[in-house]
Amino acid sequence: MTDRMPAWADAILVPLISLILAAIFSAIVIAAIGENPLEALELMIEGALGSTYGWGYTLYYATNFMFTGLAVAIAFHARMFNIGGEGQVLVGGLGVAIILLYLPLPHWTVALVAAMLMAAAFGAAWAAIPAYLQAKRGSHIVITTIMFNFIAAALLNWALVGPLKAPGQEPATPRFADSTHLPTLHDVFSVIGIDWSSAAPANVTLFVAVAACIGLWALIWRTRLGYEIRAFGSSEPAARYAGINPTRIIMVSMLISGGLAGCMAINNVQGEAERLVLNAAEGAGFIGIAVALMGRSHPFGVFLAALLFGFLYQGGAELALWMNIQRELIVVIQALVILFTGALDNMIRMPLERIFLTFRRRPDVPKPDRKSTSAEAAE
Amino acid sequence: MDFLTTLQVLDSSLRQATPLLIACLAGLFSERAGIFDIGLEGKMLVAAFLSAAVAAVTGSVWLGLLAGIGASLVFSAIHGLASITFRGNQLISGVALNFLAAGLTVVIAQSWFAQGGRTPQLMAGGRFEPIILPGALTSSSDIAQAGPLMQLYSELISGHGLPVYVALALVPLTWWALFRTRFGLRLRAVGEAPEAVDTAGISVVGLRFAAVVIAGVLCGIAGAYLATGLQAGFTKDMTAGRGYIALAALIFAKWRPWYALGACLLFGFLQAVAIRFQNIDLGVVEVPVQVMDALPYILTVVILAGFVGRAIPPRAGGEPYVKER
Amino acid sequence: MTPTPAIELKGISKAFGPVQANKDISIAVMPGTIHGIIGENGAGKSTLMSILYGFYKADKGEIFINGKKTEIPDSQAAIAAGIGMVFQHFKLVQNFTVLENVVLGAEDSGLLRPSLARARRELEALAREYELSVDPDALIQDIGVGMQQRVEILKALYRGADILILDEPTGVLTPAEADHLFRILEGLKREGKTIVLITHKLREIMEITDTVSVMRRGEMTATVATADTDPSQLAELMVGRKVLLQVEKTPAQPRETILEVENLNVTDDKGVHRVKDVSFSIRAGEILGIAGVAGNGQSELLEVLGGYERGTGHVRIRGQEIDLTGAKSDGQSRRRRGISHVPEDRQREGLIMNFHAWENVAFGYHHDPAYQKNALFMNNAAIREDTEAKMRRFDVRPPNPQLTAKSFSGGNQQKIVLAREIERNPDLLLVGQPTRGVDIGAIEFIHQQIVALRDAGKAILLVSVELDEIMGLADRIAVMFDGRIMGERLPSETNERELGLLMAGITDTTTPHGHREVEANLAERHGEVR
Repeated sequence: MTDRMPAWADAILVPLISLILAAIFSAIVIAAIGENPLEALELMIEGALGSTYGWGYTLYYATNFMFTGLAVAIAFHARMFNIGGEGQVLVGGLGVAIILLYLPLPHWTVALVAAMLMAAAFGAAWAAIPAYLQAKRGSHIVITTIMFNFIAAALLNWALVGPLKAPGQEPATPRFADSTHLPTLHDVFSVIGIDWSSAAPANVTLFVAVAACIGLWALIWRTRLGYEIRAFGSSEPAARYAGINPTRIIMVSMLISGGLAGCMAINNVQGEAERLVLNAAEGAGFIGIAVALMGRSHPFGVFLAALLFGFLYQGGAELALWMNIQRELIVVIQALVILFTGALDNMIRMPLERIFLTFRRRPDVPKPDRKSTSAEAAE
Repeated sequence: MDFLTTLQVLDSSLRQATPLLIACLAGLFSERAGIFDIGLEGKMLVAAFLSAAVAAVTGSVWLGLLAGIGASLVFSAIHGLASITFRGNQLISGVALNFLAAGLTVVIAQSWFAQGGRTPQLMAGGRFEPIILPGALTSSSDIAQAGPLMQLYSELISGHGLPVYVALALVPLTWWALFRTRFGLRLRAVGEAPEAVDTAGISVVGLRFAAVVIAGVLCGIAGAYLATGLQAGFTKDMTAGRGYIALAALIFAKWRPWYALGACLLFGFLQAVAIRFQNIDLGVVEVPVQVMDALPYILTVVILAGFVGRAIPPRAGGEPYVKER
Repeated sequence: MTPTPAIELKGISKAFGPVQANKDISIAVMPGTIHGIIGENGAGKSTLMSILYGFYKADKGEIFINGKKTEIPDSQAAIAAGIGMVFQHFKLVQNFTVLENVVLGAEDSGLLRPSLARARRELEALAREYELSVDPDALIQDIGVGMQQRVEILKALYRGADILILDEPTGVLTPAEADHLFRILEGLKREGKTIVLITHKLREIMEITDTVSVMRRGEMTATVATADTDPSQLAELMVGRKVLLQVEKTPAQPRETILEVENLNVTDDKGVHRVKDVSFSIRAGEILGIAGVAGNGQSELLEVLGGYERGTGHVRIRGQEIDLTGAKSDGQSRRRRGISHVPEDRQREGLIMNFHAWENVAFGYHHDPAYQKNALFMNNAAIREDTEAKMRRFDVRPPNPQLTAKSFSGGNQQKIVLAREIERNPDLLLVGQPTRGVDIGAIEFIHQQIVALRDAGKAILLVSVELDEIMGLADRIAVMFDGRIMGERLPSETNERELGLLMAGITDTTTPHGHREVEANLAERHGEVR
């Protein structure tokens, strides 16, 4: 058996075709509800990328999706499917709220570090239980993480109508102290003299997210831990043979995953809302699945896919504002991306492989010789 | 809590359990054939929407039911295409379908009815009417004065929509089909050892598609009951995790029909209690309503952890069938 | 006038992607004969027969059954044409009964009850006719492999097969069980059935077939009457050149004791007692071969010594106790203690098939300081360099560290594993099934490497189900049956017959041995599994 496709086709061509298919189907949906897809696209581009205000929102959403996308991606490398990003984000938010409400922090830098540690710790803790049950009891992590999403929602609900509730009608915490507010991109860019919209929520967390992408890339492809995670994800029996401890890998990769998802809370809770509200995650945990699949679980791919989904999310909000298209259209697009890049991957891959087989001049296939019968694969 | 209140809670439990049970049996057929289905939620949701929409427009609950089944079948077909034909990841396919349902239903509902992603309230003909069994009392004052047996008969056993009775009848029917027929033998075989089925000259693809189609029909009924029986119309995300609870019940039941009935009744009971009572005062502590909301999920995790006996899924479950080379 | 062949294949070709598994193959099998098909791993034997059974579809060619051109697009058509096949890996539903497995796909009607009743009656009749008795109500997971194979044969006969194809049927059997199978096959032949036997074992071809066809690299190289040929001629036809069937080695010169195993016991996670009170030792400069039918505890023995299965008892390396509880040890700590391990299944354990060759050469040794850039990062360039050198020394083709493991042939994959483990210069090499699925050319090379390591003064534990390999390589032979070591022999003082009896659990080799004892013993073994 040889590699049937060049690596670049696998990394770029397949996701691109998936994306085009998702776009075509989305256009069909828009047309079916009586709106003009091209007009909608124009509106999305204008709304998401046409101004620093639009960019500010696009980058804000993209920051969210980088965290949740990386969370799903690192779990994928260990062959764990973490659907629990949503719950981990919620619980991470709880951690952020607790520290920012109860600990007086003098400066946003200190607050950022403290909030990040809490968010990561809470998110990781929420992933730890399903991870432990998978490692020790063989409980299917897909089901347990789904269950933990619901449990997290109930927990948050309880906290926001109970112990953490601010006075008034709304189920939400009080506002965090002014000293903990994160600088927005407006604040950052005004230092170097660039005029950036002050209304958009994108903030310094964006740089944390980009750093997380780079850090995770190094972890996966350059460290022993990353090597062990990839080895375990590719073949558990082989990992056992090599002396790689399955429990350790499942725990560590899921803790990293949960921690990354939890970290999203510094963007939406500390950076944007500046308090904790119900449904703070807004489905970003689930979008992480689409982002990771689209980005082929590679941190750089996740970065690009997060930008794309940031654009879709902001563009979708604009559509809801100016056309008779509900914001849920973005959920449809997200579903189509997951469907085409994740589940129907072979539908795109198989014809492509056939094309490459036909056109290749067999440059890197091992030369058949006396000792390596290539027919071996046949039996 | 007096006897009549208990009966009322049980009565509500049965109604809450019905969509769970039908969806659970849907999952049972699919997973027994080796196709994991976490898309129960999405299939129920599209079925709920389309059945309510069609029932609202035509005024016929039956046309609504058909439309619901049809919508669910389309989703089943996509799941089959992804996980059987193209041998994709069954879990990812299920997740995608759940999102597709969550998004499409709201977008289309808004476009058709412009009521913020819901359908209009259903009138009498658009809903499943309660079936009054012979001799049963109907008015609540009559029931309150009747003897305990009559109360039991009138309150709990009589007066449900048709799908409730269908769901209960489906349990023995499923058991019989699975363990007493040729189809059942082959279905169970394809979930355990598809290569044995293939070499016996039976189509693995055909059998698995048959299972997925049955799951689609059942999810269609479950979703339709949700919107046209349990409630009077579609609202955004109205399945509210029921598909996942059904999945949990399936694991709880270890993929067996009679146990599925028990598991679904239990989870239905928890929902009924959460609906009827808010915070429950146990004297020492007050149990917040959120605990009741979370309880089915917590229980499922406990079961999955294997503290209440191990749940072993069908051997070939989740694995696309590829001929050995 | 010659009779019509039962099977006639004309110009069959089949490709899997870029791999041509069968090239323009023609063959005729006469009715009422046993026809052998022999060839190396990967020669295309199984593919050819799977085409006949409708499991794969040929790209080109025609099939004639009893002189009639027949299309076989699927297994249903093959069954209808009277063809039955017993695959190398049985196609049984583990948690179904024997009866349900026999009936599956051959039911009479929509309801099960009448079908099961008829099958029960027919099984009784078949059992009487062909010595094929089985308990119809036993679950497959509870019966031994020999019994499972009978179920497979019964499945075919129940469907009215006149042509029976068996793919490597003796791989999982003891010699005694294999003898019994051959008697069944001879019985079937007497009844006029046509039998095709696929094997890579020359001995079986000589013993039971009437005609033999030889395949090499997807092509049919010859068909001859078995009586007119001999093993060395067949081997030459298989490989395309003269081969040495013997391993060249000098007598062992054992020195100090390296490995001592005392009362080793292993119970797996299902609670099955796999290794029972095993004790042995290996000295520097010798090869201890463990013979036995697959599944008699050899795998678990290797795993516990390799550090990834738990056991009780004592294991010492150069007198130093090693941990068997799994608490303080794993594959990594074993490697640090000078134990290298070539696992039985290279594709499942020894290699990560979608990793590059260089990543695989670091596998298990990825903590080696030579492979690190600093405390944080690995030095991938250094690993690639090291890999290329190892690939050249072990004649891996092509010696390109950037190719993924799956793009190498079986022999070259095995050489990568051997290079990784042997070049660590271990005190003790554990090696399981070193030549499984490896072409003959690579087999010679691999055997030479193992002998060279021995001659360099290392201790070697060799586990193999190929008796020929054990006889050729080992300096001492221990036979495992049902988790126990039944006895130790010197290759020069034993023969295949004696070892075969030990493999069946019969230690008293002095009395004349009939099949009855063997079967009594086997029945006990099956009972115990249950």
